[in-house]
Amino acid sequence: MVLKIFFPQCCNLADSGLLVGRWIPGHDSAVVLAVIHYPFIPAQVKQYIQQIQRQSGEELAVLGSWSLPKESQEGMESFLRDLSTIFPQERWLQISRKMGKMGFTCQILSRSQRAAGEEREKQSRSEEDGEEEEEKEKVVFVHYDQKKVMLSRLHPVHMEDTQTAAASELRQVFQTVARSQPLFLLDRYDDGPLRSTHWQTEGREGSILVELLKRASVPLCLLLSWPMSIWTRFCRLRIFRIFPLSVLSSKLSTCIQLSHRSEHMRSISAPGAASSHIEFTRKANTVVSVLVDVALGILLMTWLYRDEHVATLASALVPAADRVATELEQLLQWLMGAPAGLKMNRALDQVLGRFFLYHIHLWISYIHLLSPSVEQILWYGGLSAGLGLTFALSLLSDMVALLTFHIYCFYVYGARLYCMKVYGLSSLWRLFRGKKWNVLRQRVDSCSYDLDQLFIGMLLFTILLFLLPTTALYYLVFTLLRLVVVLFQGVLHLSVDFINSFPLFALGQRICQPYRLADQPSELQRRGPDVPDPRLQLLPQRLVGRAGQKAVCRRAGVSMETQELQSRLRTEPRATGC
Amino acid sequence: MEEETFSDIRGQPITLGCQRHSSFCTEFTVSSPKVSIGKVLASTCSVWLLAYLLFFFTQNTAVLSSAILVTLVGMVLHIHFVKVDHESLLVIGSLGIQVSSSYASGREITSFIEMGRIKDIVINEAVYMHQIIYHLCVLLREPAEPDAVAGVVPLFQSSKPRLGCLVKVYRSCQEILSKVP
Repeated sequence: MVLKIFFPQCCNLADSGLLVGRWIPGHDSAVVLAVIHYPFIPAQVKQYIQQIQRQSGEELAVLGSWSLPKESQEGMESFLRDLSTIFPQERWLQISRKMGKMGFTCQILSRSQRAAGEEREKQSRSEEDGEEEEEKEKVVFVHYDQKKVMLSRLHPVHMEDTQTAAASELRQVFQTVARSQPLFLLDRYDDGPLRSTHWQTEGREGSILVELLKRASVPLCLLLSWPMSIWTRFCRLRIFRIFPLSVLSSKLSTCIQLSHRSEHMRSISAPGAASSHIEFTRKANTVVSVLVDVALGILLMTWLYRDEHVATLASALVPAADRVATELEQLLQWLMGAPAGLKMNRALDQVLGRFFLYHIHLWISYIHLLSPSVEQILWYGGLSAGLGLTFALSLLSDMVALLTFHIYCFYVYGARLYCMKVYGLSSLWRLFRGKKWNVLRQRVDSCSYDLDQLFIGMLLFTILLFLLPTTALYYLVFTLLRLVVVLFQGVLHLSVDFINSFPLFALGQRICQPYRLADQPSELQRRGPDVPDPRLQLLPQRLVGRAGQKAVCRRAGVSMETQELQSRLRTEPRATGC
Repeated sequence: MEEETFSDIRGQPITLGCQRHSSFCTEFTVSSPKVSIGKVLASTCSVWLLAYLLFFFTQNTAVLSSAILVTLVGMVLHIHFVKVDHESLLVIGSLGIQVSSSYASGREITSFIEMGRIKDIVINEAVYMHQIIYHLCVLLREPAEPDAVAGVVPLFQSSKPRLGCLVKVYRSCQEILSKVP
């Protein structure tokens, strides 16, 4: 059996004292959380540990003793051994280290041995007597960076209370360190009866900005929720459910964006704190995306409202619409002639062409009617960028849709004509073959027609067939035009969605504080005289998403789950014997 | 550290270094041959000949400078992302397995798999282009289902050693894994 001891790096040079930590149930390992120094009163230590146990909910205990003898302290060995009688434990660890030497020594005493008054040394490496391994217990020391392990957040801290034995060992280590936060509040400037060493001994770490934000978040949320409730009540008015407004609000992308954003704001201004790290990350992502959106929108506004840009845009808009109309007219004239060398049916051609030309003429008159107020519309529309760049983009998309409404109409006419034609053609083709579509049975059945039915059917079939190329061509041309407009609108919608949903906060956390998103260790490094000083390495990790451990696969051709970010452990597999 | 020379699937010599830290901890390092001068010279010359050819037709000196830039950037990218110097496998009984590969520029990628998620280490056969090769791989499992294989992580993917080397590594790993309670 190999005993694993997780030892914090900050305690490597701590003064002699007692080790406080937890035995991991179900595995043969212990995690050391802090060292309590001499002099102390054992009753106070027990009281302190019970207090911490109550606050954190973790089963802490005194694991053993730690000795790093300085020059003046001699004869600690017997004192340390006697301590084991004061704190009754199943196993008592005696870890010691000499200044100037690299290795640690660990002796493990079990309760029965202490009672019998004898002690057997368990060496952590025995090369000579490899056969007697059942007597010697092996020890693996794992040094961990306490700050990073404590601050990592992705392992579920509040779940799985009942299945602690089933959880993996490293996850339990992470959980133990994370939940023992009350233990790390005692720093060396406190005047209490106990002195301890842990990662916050030199003073508690914190950032003023983070604390200010935490304090300010509650009143801000309350402040936000009040206008949000008014806005929600306004949106739920009955008047918006009536037919024209409901259709409009579901089609216009500005209204859709508005509803998205109000949804986001509602989730941010909810009164309760986030229950898990994932929810917190989601909220933070939303806040950051709203801020970035508004910042970009204000940038756009500053560009738009200086140097008369609005006026130039407005004055360029009407001639642009005129040019589009002229181009469309030329296109229709071309279609009415012999487009690409195809021969069209003259009469149908003329009818359709004149119909569409009249439409364009109507449209141009409407544009000219609107032209004096275009500048005003643009000016007020630009104000919407103050709410966010996404609103400006959605407004642009809506305006493009309105300006190219005639293209949309042409597309609809062409499509309807073509659809009707194809429908008629298919039905008459069935008549040509003597079959019929059975609506009841949803299949094609044979049917005997009368002679006059056949005659008229043939006539109509021939007419429709020979008119097909003309209609098909019009349909094709207008579908392509509509596609261009849809592509442009699609690009705008894509950028709006991108700004809405890109998780900037999680990305920033990954770049600046990767250890917070850790779930598992990533790397072990040997400590020994031949290894150069190791450096910190943090691997990419899964962003907001599912918690829980997944397999680590690299270029394996199996399902690629992204690697989890991990904090760093250093192992010392070799400890010098006594 | 014992070093032995084996060969990889293409016949190039590779070295296997075996360091036994204790009875339950061993580290294996497989080092690939270094970048050969001949290949570097050949690729550089071909790029520059092409650039001179283009310059001869277009008489534009930007072609030459861009060829130099392309060569430099290509070499840097190659040693940073493509050329693997050595790959190592560290097995610690009852703690886990660490797999790391370090590139010629010094970059190291490591990943750690804890013992609870390892089902076994096996030598597997795979179809690789026109041949079938042996490779060592770690079988993973979910703690909830100890019998099902949840994933496969192949080891020593860039050096691709041959069977003799793999058997040696396999035997030592099995020695350690079989002792895990």
